Amino acid sequence: MSESLATVSYIGATILFILSLGGLSHPATSLRGNLYGIIGMTIAVLATIFGPRVTMAGIPWIIVSMVVGGSIGLYAARVVKMTQMPELVALMHSLVGLAACLVGFANYIDPVAAVNLSSAEKAIHEIEIYLGILIGAITFSGSIIAFGKLSGKIGGKPLLLPARHWMNLAGLLIIIYFGREFLHAESVSAGMTPLIVMTVIALLFGIHMVMAIGGADMPVVVSMLNSYSGWAAAATGFMLNNDLLIVTGALVGSSGAILSYIMCRAMARNFISVIAGGFGTGGGTPAAASGDVQPAGEVVAVSAAETAELLREAKNVIIVPGYGMAVAQAQHTVNEITQYLREQGINVRFGIHPVAGRMPGHMNVLLAEARVPYDIVLEMDELNQDFPNTDVAIVIGANDIVNPAAQDDPTSPIAGMPVLEVWKAKTSIVMKRSMASGYAGVDNPLFYKENNRMLFGDAKKMLEEVFVALKS
Amino acid sequence: MTLMIGIPKEIASGEKRVATVPDVVEKLIKLGFKVAVESGAGDAANCSDDVYRAAGAEIIDGAAKLWAASDIVFKVCVPTSAEVDLMREGGTLIGFIWPAQNPELMQQLAVKKATVLAIDSLPRQLSRAQKMDALTSQAGVAGYRAVIEAANAFGRFFNGQITAAGKVPPAKVFIAGAGVAGLAAIGTAAGLGAIVRANDTRAEVADQVKSLGGEFVKVEYEEEGSGGGGYAKVMSEGFQQAQREMYAKQAKEVDIIITTALIPGKPAPKLITAEMVKSMKPGSVIVDMAAERGGNCELTEPGQAVVKHGVTIVGYTDLNSRLAKQSSTLYGTNLFRLTEELCKTKDGIINVNMEDDAIRGLTVIKEGNITWPAPAPKLPAAPAKPAAAKAAAPAAKGHGHGGSNEPMAGGKLAVMFGVSALLFLFVGAYAPAAFLGHFTVFVLACFVGYMVVWNVTPALHTPLMSVTNAISSIIAIGALVQIAPLIMGSVDRPDNLIRWLAVAGITLTAVNMFGGFAVTQRMLAMFRK
Repeated sequence: MSESLATVSYIGATILFILSLGGLSHPATSLRGNLYGIIGMTIAVLATIFGPRVTMAGIPWIIVSMVVGGSIGLYAARVVKMTQMPELVALMHSLVGLAACLVGFANYIDPVAAVNLSSAEKAIHEIEIYLGILIGAITFSGSIIAFGKLSGKIGGKPLLLPARHWMNLAGLLIIIYFGREFLHAESVSAGMTPLIVMTVIALLFGIHMVMAIGGADMPVVVSMLNSYSGWAAAATGFMLNNDLLIVTGALVGSSGAILSYIMCRAMARNFISVIAGGFGTGGGTPAAASGDVQPAGEVVAVSAAETAELLREAKNVIIVPGYGMAVAQAQHTVNEITQYLREQGINVRFGIHPVAGRMPGHMNVLLAEARVPYDIVLEMDELNQDFPNTDVAIVIGANDIVNPAAQDDPTSPIAGMPVLEVWKAKTSIVMKRSMASGYAGVDNPLFYKENNRMLFGDAKKMLEEVFVALKS
Repeated sequence: MTLMIGIPKEIASGEKRVATVPDVVEKLIKLGFKVAVESGAGDAANCSDDVYRAAGAEIIDGAAKLWAASDIVFKVCVPTSAEVDLMREGGTLIGFIWPAQNPELMQQLAVKKATVLAIDSLPRQLSRAQKMDALTSQAGVAGYRAVIEAANAFGRFFNGQITAAGKVPPAKVFIAGAGVAGLAAIGTAAGLGAIVRANDTRAEVADQVKSLGGEFVKVEYEEEGSGGGGYAKVMSEGFQQAQREMYAKQAKEVDIIITTALIPGKPAPKLITAEMVKSMKPGSVIVDMAAERGGNCELTEPGQAVVKHGVTIVGYTDLNSRLAKQSSTLYGTNLFRLTEELCKTKDGIINVNMEDDAIRGLTVIKEGNITWPAPAPKLPAAPAKPAAAKAAAPAAKGHGHGGSNEPMAGGKLAVMFGVSALLFLFVGAYAPAAFLGHFTVFVLACFVGYMVVWNVTPALHTPLMSVTNAISSIIAIGALVQIAPLIMGSVDRPDNLIRWLAVAGITLTAVNMFGGFAVTQRMLAMFRK
């Protein structure tokens, strides 16, 4: 395959990728979108393998590594539970980050890459390598930490080191300093030291950055890392003079950034401060805020049978699912209850908070998996005004997204975040394992409201009991 | 002093309804009112004087005496000028008024120092007003009756049957306009076993059509037809063209067409042309529920059933009177609910509370002062369109989903432009030409990504992220070109090390590539209906 033919194939792949992202904007076209992505990727890879820059000697190596990696990927995609989707996505981001680092290093030690370059071009080429590895390393370590937090291997509380902003700044300065060193290095071996130092700092920086972000902001982080993995690809593209990589990387990078931005707005969070880490703005101390105000009142617990009774007498029911439903894998039971209630002529709807779960759209995916009809799954804004006319609002394993303190208490760390106003329903029932506070670490005055009932226990088990009680 | 509610006999020709029925009389008396019914008022609706008397009403002979005795008068039809003359000075009138169409009547009532509540001016969007919504209750009855009239004029069964005497295909019914009347007609026709199709310019009613057993026929043209307050609006020319084509197609296929399309304050849209009527099978039926306002069919003759081109066109304007008992019961209950709102103290005295959104909307004349039209009630806009909801509810400021596309604030925008201009200047000054080519591509791609993703629906955030993640494994190409490039000349290249790095890179990205696409596919498959 000639150089021109490869380039043309790359253009085709680029268009397919754009169509793919566009297709993913609407449910009706989404499957086609994914197909476009697959075709685009196939074209890109084949055009490269049979292109002028890969000789036959490399084919066996490529096939072996593709088969090994592909089988692992397909296996993981097959066995992953829908509830573990956020972890999987985070883990996959880390792979892209690591790959970007490896490609960067390989490119640097490869003398062929830098032949025939003028000095200015060489400088730019080296900056590109440096940046590519930097972004790749941050993506890698950040994603690993995000994976740890999402899968519960690392605690969800933000880790706030003293003077963390200064530490970040210092890190940045060191990276810039070594960047200078790196550019002025005479030989590859001399440049290696600053490169490795920078990589280590970038890795630490990625860890520190994600550690400082609270669990409730995790959806934003996942999408942000997605964006980073795109930028890493774009930087690699610059390094290799490959437009396809640049375009695709930029597409992924900007779409990830937009997605994070959209989500930040949905949570009334400042984009910059989420990235800079920690809850709220600047150097606030989130832990202290939750300690001062203990909501007054008593918590009223109910049994599954009483819950069923409340549901049976209701006309309008809104279900607010949260991460608890995902953890307990309760979506199928929720669907059974929903179907049963709907057969009884009860109007059941779902209220989805934009950041419910650990990933944007997490709840939609789970409910779709359980075959809940998507016309009764509504966004927060679509049904928030309906709560006063609702007889029973059931909160399944959600906490911060139904916290009235976001509206009432200006000192609350989540103040200003739009929430589902379940407390306005005639009765609200919160299903929860215990009285522990949510991922944001904030106490929830909802639990102490007069019209609120608590149904303690594992969401799936309790819902099954409710279902049995409903049918009897 | 308790007030007397008077129920006169409706005098409009062909009107068989009455403003209240004996069951409701009892309830009104429980609220503390006295009720007087004109002798013979309910005869046409199967409510005799005796039954009213048994329910506790006083029977008064003659309209003049009744109007004179009543503090509050319940009416169905718009009162005639003669009726208003009979009305007591300073009295209260509740019923259909249509203030926009009847300005002289409004003047006449104002002169009488009357208080008038027009049931047709009810702010229907208020959910608590629904119990008083007589337009809805009457439209529902009319929709039902329209199907019964169609069945009457139609020479076949509605349901399909396979009998010893042969196979009978089910009737196909097309219903134009899925408002209250249209939905009632859909439910009734589907209940009789017909195949029901329906269309409406408001796309959001599709689910309601389906829920009643109908099939929603879409017009293949993009336009949003909600005109506020749950009514339809006039559509664009392009849309109407597409709509006509769709109707023409349906006319050839179906046996019965029931049209219910009305636009407030305008003549009824002409949906069914003479051509379409000609194209229908002989023996077909059209019931034109909009006959009173000119009709949806060009050949409709209001008030009559006519046969043209072998098609029976029913243009009755009195569908409600043809089901007088049912219409009266529902209407009476609507008025009773309204009375309840007016008399919260249950002592037989009404209080027209203008602070109440529902009452404010209903009241078109208060003690001789014309108060119509009422200001639009402060309401959340229809939740069908997120963009509209956003405009109506500034509290939802943080909301960023569902295609809201608000421009950034001017100041921020200026700063953004400033920064990027500086950046570009810097790049332009120092970077070599080869780099600039790539840079152009890069910047443009960023914008494409932004445009493409900005309007993604929130439900698809997860699949989108997972597909972009899969696409980002394009970085594999970086590793691919390193594995065994063409080597020109003799360069000292650490082949093995590079190869192993590249192999690791390919393996990692392959995991991502295959896994990412596969998992997206898995997720998206679930989004199918």
